[in-house]
Amino acid sequence: MKLIIAIIQPHKLEEVKEELYKAEVNLITVSEVLGHGRQKGVTEIYRGAKETGNLLRKIRLEIAVNENFVEPTINAIVKGAKTGETGDGKIFILDLKECIRIRTEERGGVAIG
Amino acid sequence: MINSGDTAWVLISSALVMLMTPGLAFFYGGMVRKKNVLSILMQCFIVLCLISVQWVLYGYSLSFAPSNGFWGGFGWFGLKGVGLEPYADYAGTIPHQAFMIFQAMFAIITPALILGAFAERMKFSAFIAFILLWATFVYAPIAHWVWGVGGFLRKMGALDFAGGTVVHINAGIAALATALAIGKRKNIEKNIPAPHNMPFVVLGTALLWFGWFGFNAGSALAANGLAVNAFVVTNTAAAAAGLSWAIIEWIRNGKPTIFGAASGAVAGLVAITPAAGFVSVIPAILIGLLVSVFCFTAVSIVKPKFGYDDSLDAFGVHCIGGMWGALATGLFASKAVNPGGADGLFFGNPKQFLVQLTAVCVTLIYSLVVSMIIYKLVDMFIGVRVNEKEEAMGLDLTQHHERAYTVLE
Repeated sequence: MKLIIAIIQPHKLEEVKEELYKAEVNLITVSEVLGHGRQKGVTEIYRGAKETGNLLRKIRLEIAVNENFVEPTINAIVKGAKTGETGDGKIFILDLKECIRIRTEERGGVAIG
Repeated sequence: MINSGDTAWVLISSALVMLMTPGLAFFYGGMVRKKNVLSILMQCFIVLCLISVQWVLYGYSLSFAPSNGFWGGFGWFGLKGVGLEPYADYAGTIPHQAFMIFQAMFAIITPALILGAFAERMKFSAFIAFILLWATFVYAPIAHWVWGVGGFLRKMGALDFAGGTVVHINAGIAALATALAIGKRKNIEKNIPAPHNMPFVVLGTALLWFGWFGFNAGSALAANGLAVNAFVVTNTAAAAAGLSWAIIEWIRNGKPTIFGAASGAVAGLVAITPAAGFVSVIPAILIGLLVSVFCFTAVSIVKPKFGYDDSLDAFGVHCIGGMWGALATGLFASKAVNPGGADGLFFGNPKQFLVQLTAVCVTLIYSLVVSMIIYKLVDMFIGVRVNEKEEAMGLDLTQHHERAYTVLE
């Protein structure tokens, strides 16, 4: 089992969801986060006070998958989120030790569903 | 003889100026961090309540009862002798209490302006003590000298139509004094926090601009041509200043910002305040265009250079803007606009400029010194600044046990 964490551009969320549904990945958790990459954000100025290295809005996806769904999920996210510009984001793959479905108390790959 | 049009206009103007204090609360509130927004709203709201009562008890008496000296004394305590017939020395066609309640709104918003200097770090108990002492020992005397019967600046012929000295320079220099005394916010050199809610700042600006029509045009104390002149130049100066600040930012920083345009408009309103009943529309445009140059410099260049933490630019906008407005009145005042006023330097009377300069200096020195004394006294007995942990947690939670925005429902 793997936990896939993806940081993407907020305006790409709908397209990524579409691609995930097409790949039959219907489980997803979404949160709003702040962050930046190597460009260190854009400059904001308030009455002469400059802010550099500021954090930009991003969307974070967390998806738990069985082994056979790892590649399709990655492909779906890339297809939906990629623009070719800086700021497209990153995907991290973590080993997932256990997964429990709360309603039925099933464990393991079956619980990921 | 009571004139119903004049009375109606003064009552409406009083309501307009009242709205400026909540407007200021949102103007300032949007600029601070989320964790401190309620403290700004609470400070403004409590000033509204506190000074409203103080005014009718003894504030009006100290400021406006006739005298020949420092202030008006307590002869009109509890509005004794202040009835519903006109008091001709102030306004001959409206009930005396109408003049009183109009002035009350000025007495309320002036101390509220100061809180921009010490935002995000003052104890609420110390704040109340400071405001009460300041209204009594700084606002009342200065109001008396400029507007009161027997006031020496009034006798000298100083022109201050709606409060450039009494309100803006006064509060602005008190702001500098308290900002220096209370010290910088923790870690402010590393990063100056961005306004947490810019729409509030703009909403506040709009309410201030709207209310300012009462502030300036209402100071004609009559529904007449002079009120119209004040109304017109008020709008024009604000507009010119808003444009000016936006253009300065466009050139200097690459982009015009809403924060800048709003700040410019407020600076323009400040500057036209003493001049509104004495200058015509072309000088009003000049006053507006130039005030943004002065205030932008004070806020974006001088402040970072000297490093004082006048958090919300009460000094940079109100003191500097008010000084320019008071001096500009000495330049551009014309008896053609207001025969009851005087001519300024550009209309053949350089002496007026010197009179204005005197009024400005007297206000600056008195307010700076006494505000500092009051601060030190309050600090000695109550302690003014919150401790480091309280400052980090935020004033809303530590001073008021309240949270402005729910995070999880």
